[in-house]
Amino acid sequence: MAQEAQKERSMILQKEMIDGLFNDLAKAKETGKKVCYTFIPGNLSELIRTFDMLPVYPEINALQSAMRKKSAAYIKEAEKNAHSEDVCTYVKCDVGMMMKGNIGPTGLKIPEPDILLLSYTGCFTFLKWFETLKREYPNAKVIMVHTPYQENAQMTPEMTQYMVKQFKEEVIPQMEAVTGIKYDEEKLKRHLVLAKEAQDLITKIFDTTKHRPSPIDAYFAGVYYIGPINIGFRGTQEAVDYYKELYSEIQERIRLGLGPITPEGEMKEEKYRLVVEGPPNWTSFREFWKIFYDMGAVIVASSYTKVGGVYDMGWRHDSTRPLESLAEYCMNCYTNLSIPQRIDLISKCITEYSADGYVTNSIKSCNSFSAGQLGMMREIEDRLEVPVGFIESDLVDPRYFSYSNIKNRLESYFQMLEQRRIIKETEVV
Amino acid sequence: MQTLKEIVDFCKFQSFDLNFTRAKAWKEEKEGRVLVGYMPIYFPREIIHAAGGMAVGVFGGGDIKQIIKGDAYYQSYICHIPRSIMELALDKHMDHFDGFIFPSICDVIRNLSGIFKQKKIGKFVKYMDFPQNFLPQIGGVFYQQEMQHVLKYIKEINGVEVTTEALNHSIDLYNKNRQMIDFIYKIRQDFPWRLSIIDVYHIIRAGTVITVEEHNEILEQVCEHIKNDIGVRQDKIKIVISGAFCEQPAMGLIKAIEDAGCYVVDDDYMLGSRMILGDVDATSTNPLEAISNAYIKQSQYSSSIYDIDNPKEYRLAKIVKDRGANGVIFASASFCDPSLLDAPIFQNAFNKMGIRYIAFQYSENINQYKVIKEQVGAFADSIKLWDDEPVLAL
Ligand code: SF4
Ligand code: SF4
Repeated sequence: MAQEAQKERSMILQKEMIDGLFNDLAKAKETGKKVCYTFIPGNLSELIRTFDMLPVYPEINALQSAMRKKSAAYIKEAEKNAHSEDVCTYVKCDVGMMMKGNIGPTGLKIPEPDILLLSYTGCFTFLKWFETLKREYPNAKVIMVHTPYQENAQMTPEMTQYMVKQFKEEVIPQMEAVTGIKYDEEKLKRHLVLAKEAQDLITKIFDTTKHRPSPIDAYFAGVYYIGPINIGFRGTQEAVDYYKELYSEIQERIRLGLGPITPEGEMKEEKYRLVVEGPPNWTSFREFWKIFYDMGAVIVASSYTKVGGVYDMGWRHDSTRPLESLAEYCMNCYTNLSIPQRIDLISKCITEYSADGYVTNSIKSCNSFSAGQLGMMREIEDRLEVPVGFIESDLVDPRYFSYSNIKNRLESYFQMLEQRRIIKETEVV
Repeated sequence: MQTLKEIVDFCKFQSFDLNFTRAKAWKEEKEGRVLVGYMPIYFPREIIHAAGGMAVGVFGGGDIKQIIKGDAYYQSYICHIPRSIMELALDKHMDHFDGFIFPSICDVIRNLSGIFKQKKIGKFVKYMDFPQNFLPQIGGVFYQQEMQHVLKYIKEINGVEVTTEALNHSIDLYNKNRQMIDFIYKIRQDFPWRLSIIDVYHIIRAGTVITVEEHNEILEQVCEHIKNDIGVRQDKIKIVISGAFCEQPAMGLIKAIEDAGCYVVDDDYMLGSRMILGDVDATSTNPLEAISNAYIKQSQYSSSIYDIDNPKEYRLAKIVKDRGANGVIFASASFCDPSLLDAPIFQNAFNKMGIRYIAFQYSENINQYKVIKEQVGAFADSIKLWDDEPVLAL
């Protein structure tokens, strides 16, 4: 491996965007901007921007805290206050951070919410999370958006209308009341046009893993790539510029025949191509990633990068149907898909990106992802005869990341992949 | 009239007949009858009844069903009930069911609906998305559409088009059912020794696996029995159980709580059968709207219902006060997110209100509860020693 990688321009752009957002948040009370806490799945970025609000994503704060090794103390704080050991650790990390002064990942204080936009999309914990926060921030307005689940693998007109009515009669009037800004549909449409552009670009970016070697890692690096589109920049020119830059950098890597960049530089040999289901572990993110790249394993697709929106099946925001489009966006996030849809989507990825294997990283405290994963694995194994691997960890609770356990399991899995490969090669000869 | 013991024995048997024999026999009696399994918590059984069917509660295998296949579907850190439901399905306990309903209560039940779909268990699998918007013209309309979907599935099986009259008749039967259950709790509030909580549990749970008509007859008799001054009063505190609304504790645990010195004067074990507070309008020209309005306006608090406009801690505190209870026991199934995520909300509020509580976790298949029994006993003793008066602070 080479030395620590040079920062690419896209990375610098992303850092500037995020720093800018946190600076704006720190100054929100002075500038009079309203602050809207919301979640990644079903994030209504374009609508939030239409009302000139600043978004805060508690999940992002939690994962950033974990990467900075602060989550353990926050979780402990929450557990001292009756939060169970067994529930979503994002919630506890967020609650603990709030109890300890709400200092965000960049070291600046995060302002209190004016709005808690409860985009109830794909996870019940969101509901409990904001019920909890509402008791801490009694002055904040909670706006609930109930996103129907795609139980029948479809978004019906009834479901869309249910959401559109919520936007018209509940969400928008309440946003108007809190911000004092009148809803401007033309402005929303402009954001939606830009959102679509970013979605086209990110789809092309994740599609580059069809190349051999894959120029990117669609999981470990993918989590960085989805940053701008998921944390409030979707619908802005900045996001479009970022993705254009990223895309051109990746094109250059393809031209040069280069593999993905890892924290230790460029990955030299692509031995295994994998599809991963489930969020990563954040407390030992680099060690986790290293186990894969040390073995020459590159992730060519992951379900986690679709939590903030599934774009690879062709769906896009549509400025000609602004509210309907927001509704469909929410309904189409990964964890709002039924288990059969999730199986089909992953199967498609395995086939289209020519993956050698499928690995599930099951998160102890995330039922939305984890409940059903074993059934999915069986089905995918039967359907595609692809070797499946299974590891367990947690999002932001370091107590549940067992390096040696995960490494042992993955090593056995890679041995299995190697044997398969030898058998295949022998068959060809 | 049967003796109370005969009734309770019958109900106890029905509650844990994991082959659902009585429902099966009912179905076989007449052409066109359908059986629809529903998972916790609540489902408007009225609509299945009106369509010539029977809604059958599926509450897992308790500590009776040994889990072998179900474990292969669920990691150790997921509650127990989905694996026992899978076990029941894979072992063909529910082969005579036509369809299955998974109410939207949590991600586990939601995803279990997908596994049922994937494995093509039953003629239909419906994830019932209960509205989290409580405006009749928005959430109410959506809920009615959800009910229509269920009726459509049933019609595809038996050809029955439900009528307003049929729906109103069914609503009326279930109103009576809830009224009598309510009466039992009202009597027990003052005279909990007349009928133990485990007997109440069996009586109510039996109602989820037999016809409402038969259950109403049973309830009528039970109500008659407990109007009499039966049983012997014991020196016990009164408590309310909260948090056990889905995966059910083992029977021994339900019993152990009362044995350890507590009269359980309210609980959410069989919340679904008591979810609607008061009657549903049985005279409406649009009965689905009436059911929907009742859900939106008259539901008991629940960990699965968005509560910002009607905070659950005050609602539980009111139950404690109305029942004259001395405290609350928070009983959560292990790894039950909705219940456990609510715990800090309740407990922080109760600390401020001065309502005494303890909390523990259980699993449906664990029938070792010595530690819990000791904890409950100590709780009861501490209240008896220090706190003669029921909590009134609100
Ligand atoms: S349970 Fe999973 S999907 Fe839900 S908030 Fe937690 S991490 Fe996110
Ligand atoms: S016990 Fe709790 S987590 Fe498990 S299925 Fe029931 S509500 Fe969901």
